[in-house]
Amino acid sequence: MAAGSHGQVRLFWRSFSRNQLALAGGVVVGALVLVALGAPWLSPHDPHRPDVKKILDPPSRAHLLGTDQIGRDVLSRILYGSRVSLAVGFVSVGIATALGVILGAASGYNGGIVDAAIMRLVDLMLVFPRFFLLLAVLAFLQPSIWTIMAVIGLTGWMGVARLVRAEFLSLKEREFVIWSQSIGASAFRIIWRHTLPNAMAPVLVAMTLGIPAAILTESGLSFLGLGVQPPYATWGNILNDGRDSIEIAWWLSVYPGLAILITVLSYNLLGEGIRDALDPRLRQALGRPARDGR
Amino acid sequence: MNLRVRDLFFLLAFLPGLSGCGVKVEGKDDGQSRKSGSPAYGDTFIEASIGDIQGLIPNITSDSASHEVGGLIYDGLVKRDKDLNIVGSLAESWQLSRDCLTLTFKLRKNVQWHDGRPFTAEDVRFTYETMLDPKTPTAYREDFLAVTRLAVLDPHTLRIGYAKPYAQALETWGMYMLPKHLLASYVHEGRLREAPQNRRPIGTGAYRFVEWKSGERVVLVANPEHFEGRPYLSRVVYRIIPSQATIFLELKAKGVDFAGLTAIQYTRQTTYRAFEKAYVKYQYPSNAYTYLGFNLKDPRFADRRVRQAFAHAINKQELIDGVLLGLGREATGPYKPETWAYNPDVPRFPYDPDRARRLLAEAGWKDADGDGILDKGGQPFAFTILTNQGNEERKKVAEIIQQRLREIGVAVEIRTLEWASLIKEFIKKRRFEAIILGWGIGLDPDQYEVWHSSKAGPDELNHISYANPEADRLLELGRASCVREQRKKHYDRLQEVLAEDQPVIFLYFRDALPVVSSRVRGIEPSPNGISYNFIRWYVPKERQRYTAG
Amino acid sequence: MIPYALRRVALAIPLLVGITFISFLVIHLAPGEPVELQTGDLGIKSSAQAIESLRKLYGLDQPLYVQYWSWVTRLARLDFGRSFAPDGKPVLQKIGERLPITLFLNIIEMLLILALAVPIGVLSATRQYSVFDKITTVFVFVGFATPDFWLALLLMILFGVQLGWLPISGLRSPTWEFLSFWRQHWDFLSHLVLPIVVATFGGLAGFSRYMRQSMLEVVRQEYVQTARAKGLSEQAVIGKHALRNALLPVVTILGLSLPGLIGGSVIVESVFAIPGMGQLMVQAVFSRDYPVIMGNLVIVSTLTLVANLLADISYGLVDPRIRVGRRGRS
Repeated sequence: MAAGSHGQVRLFWRSFSRNQLALAGGVVVGALVLVALGAPWLSPHDPHRPDVKKILDPPSRAHLLGTDQIGRDVLSRILYGSRVSLAVGFVSVGIATALGVILGAASGYNGGIVDAAIMRLVDLMLVFPRFFLLLAVLAFLQPSIWTIMAVIGLTGWMGVARLVRAEFLSLKEREFVIWSQSIGASAFRIIWRHTLPNAMAPVLVAMTLGIPAAILTESGLSFLGLGVQPPYATWGNILNDGRDSIEIAWWLSVYPGLAILITVLSYNLLGEGIRDALDPRLRQALGRPARDGR
Repeated sequence: MNLRVRDLFFLLAFLPGLSGCGVKVEGKDDGQSRKSGSPAYGDTFIEASIGDIQGLIPNITSDSASHEVGGLIYDGLVKRDKDLNIVGSLAESWQLSRDCLTLTFKLRKNVQWHDGRPFTAEDVRFTYETMLDPKTPTAYREDFLAVTRLAVLDPHTLRIGYAKPYAQALETWGMYMLPKHLLASYVHEGRLREAPQNRRPIGTGAYRFVEWKSGERVVLVANPEHFEGRPYLSRVVYRIIPSQATIFLELKAKGVDFAGLTAIQYTRQTTYRAFEKAYVKYQYPSNAYTYLGFNLKDPRFADRRVRQAFAHAINKQELIDGVLLGLGREATGPYKPETWAYNPDVPRFPYDPDRARRLLAEAGWKDADGDGILDKGGQPFAFTILTNQGNEERKKVAEIIQQRLREIGVAVEIRTLEWASLIKEFIKKRRFEAIILGWGIGLDPDQYEVWHSSKAGPDELNHISYANPEADRLLELGRASCVREQRKKHYDRLQEVLAEDQPVIFLYFRDALPVVSSRVRGIEPSPNGISYNFIRWYVPKERQRYTAG
Repeated sequence: MIPYALRRVALAIPLLVGITFISFLVIHLAPGEPVELQTGDLGIKSSAQAIESLRKLYGLDQPLYVQYWSWVTRLARLDFGRSFAPDGKPVLQKIGERLPITLFLNIIEMLLILALAVPIGVLSATRQYSVFDKITTVFVFVGFATPDFWLALLLMILFGVQLGWLPISGLRSPTWEFLSFWRQHWDFLSHLVLPIVVATFGGLAGFSRYMRQSMLEVVRQEYVQTARAKGLSEQAVIGKHALRNALLPVVTILGLSLPGLIGGSVIVESVFAIPGMGQLMVQAVFSRDYPVIMGNLVIVSTLTLVANLLADISYGLVDPRIRVGRRGRS
């Protein structure tokens, strides 16, 4: 939101709070962050400790969500998994956003050949099936948690780049920029200072929508065995561990499945809610939620 | 076949392959359903394979799926019968000279390739030359290097000479025979992989090739002319289903007739009535063991006391109970219990964490800084276990071992790696501290390739760099004799040496747990598993499901 | 119109070069060399000499730019090389075997998604924040948020195992060749039901939300307000004026969503054992079959490029404003 406009914030909030789904999404997203932070205190058991006497025990008082194939507590694994899953979402989207902002700004500010080159690169990246690229890269690099974050981030910056570029372009022609140029201020600094706050809102929305997509992508990679590797638990790999025993140990796939479903749903509702409540001018640029490796 | 050098078998085929070679077999049925109904021709047998087959000339592939299909299309000169004896297949009889240096084969007459051409000794010579040709991309060349000359005496007689006795000589001629008239030019030009034969094979075997749709299925039909008689089951369809979970669901919906189960599936997911009515479950020890191996170039592991301590710290029974749900047996060495080479009287290392701690203390590992991790010279005892990605069983083993070693003050990290890079980047380059992998063992006890100190080169199989002069000598003696009693003596001693040394910690032999549709009869579980007499399996007329076939 | 189309085509050419460049780069960034692996796979005992000859064969002893150039010139002659797998088939043939079924499935999915997403989007836009809007919002997002393989397994258990209504996996029954002509088609289609349902449910959110968004924008436009003011019925306003304009950008989105759909095929094809491009890619990746991986990347992205181009051009056809002045999106 443009600097110092309390009115706009209030306007935004009035519109946003009318959207009950988005509010609900926001509450869940907030709660999830708390859960992830509090995992060590909330977990009743050590998430990595196997117990061969408790293989695939159904939910009970001792293990509220049952145990897995080597007797680990599913609840604790899901709680710890929330940290890794959310971290994958946040970090990869962080990388994508940083790249997108830098390239988008460079493109929008410089125009001309730089702009053309960067925009062609965007077009090029959009032409590749992202999941194919992910597969190809991950098969060669080791699928550690870091490579997964990096690769998801490096293949997901294009939307943000377009947003930021559009914002730069529209501001470049504005009077105050031309005016400040005329008094000798660095145009780039001016634009940077004014554009970023303006571009921040749609970028924030893009991030909100990018996080759940990254979580889903990780679960898809886990299905192929290329996701985050043990000992880290993620919702994706817990769910994947559960698929072979899905009909005798429903708790092993239903709970992590629901965790993914609710999280992704909440982020999307929240993201859309923010977008709907924002200045309508910004909406179109955001496009639709993208999803890979569904 | 030779020692299975590629663990790929176990990676690609989570299913235990059709070929078992167990000793103790527990057919889970009462025997009634297997015997009733009279033999009849017809019906289609549907198998599931988790990976696409790599090609239909199995001599140049290494995945279990193409060997399974290939086994029905091709024949070797010899094969193993139900009691694991070597018997003739394309060879009618053979003679091994007293000095074990000359092997003479008499071939069956009137055997025809599927295209009607006669099979002769020239085809055998051609196959041998193909295997030796450096342009042939085969993993089985080693098997034939010991041969010094091969002479075709007449169209149905061959004489093969060896420079020194080679224990596995006869067994190696179980290699699939290839048709000279179709392949000669391709082999010559080094383009064997591109030959039409690799897509549409012509063999001598019990089944003829019909169709291979990449990634979808392979279809075979019975060969009525086969020299062992027309097989009862008229069609065999291999369905390629890349997900283990899907295969199991197909099994439950009766979409496949044969599959290997995991331990959990066997004990917990297939115990309901409808399943037990539709399928017969079998259980027998598979011929592969899982081990925890160490890089013996690493000074920490070069100390035998450390390895022995680890052996005491790991509870093998816990692994068998936890990972295999009891469906497996403790391994004490690289030979399967109850095979002739197995020696039960070797030093054992029962689970005893206190003893483990004492042994480590003797070796100088003490917790000086009180952080719960042993250390020596200021260095904490911490290392990483590598294993291959996608193998749930090994992942679980690693996770349990991690916990047990933690209890004696050793910090273990686990890293799972994609198979190809695990082998290439880490195993071959010796960039590992410890590994959890499996060895498939051959029927012959010769394991020279794995344990001999001369086989520790980068492309060789002794990747743990084990070197013990006594073991070397025993391996040399064992393979250079063709008298079982003499060999047994050497291999017995070898097992003692290995047990004492613990170059790897031998963990367990898992059981193969195949299920076969209960409408199929004629299955006779034996020390050689169940599939050795596949061509005698049948479905009684009234129970045939796919009548159109 | 023609100059516009030509301009779009001209713009696509550097992209085509870019596609080959990235495909080449991705593979050659990886540590280690493909030959080593190939021999490793054939037998751990392969000699240094064999590795050397393979290196020569694939030109891997030359600097990267030479390799790239020779690869690209071969591509220009549609020579994608041979697979490293023991079947040694030409890459193009491998892809040719797999592409039709993947395209077929994706086209059907796309049509189904459109058929469902357009009405859902329009209705939830015209009734923003209504109960209908809320229910469909949650519904499409649940589809989006459910991991595909999980949904697939649940449906397989329900319809394949429990109810026995539909086949679980594959494309054809084992006795397909003995069925009558019509039964063969029925058999084939019944195998496709579950995969299509899974993929469609997952893809619904994208289009329906886009449609809703687009509709909301259009409804606020002046000409719609004018039409309303003229006293036209709400139905006519929405159906005639608003819908037409709201649908326009969807054409572009169609082209852009192709890579996402094909990428999604990886999981659907693996779970349902469908021998398509996704499965081929997974296999190639696991066995490090470099020629097939590169071929896959090039072919699929080129197809997307062509689809985008067609979408752009047809967009230009229906919306004359695009042709003059600005060069479309971006």
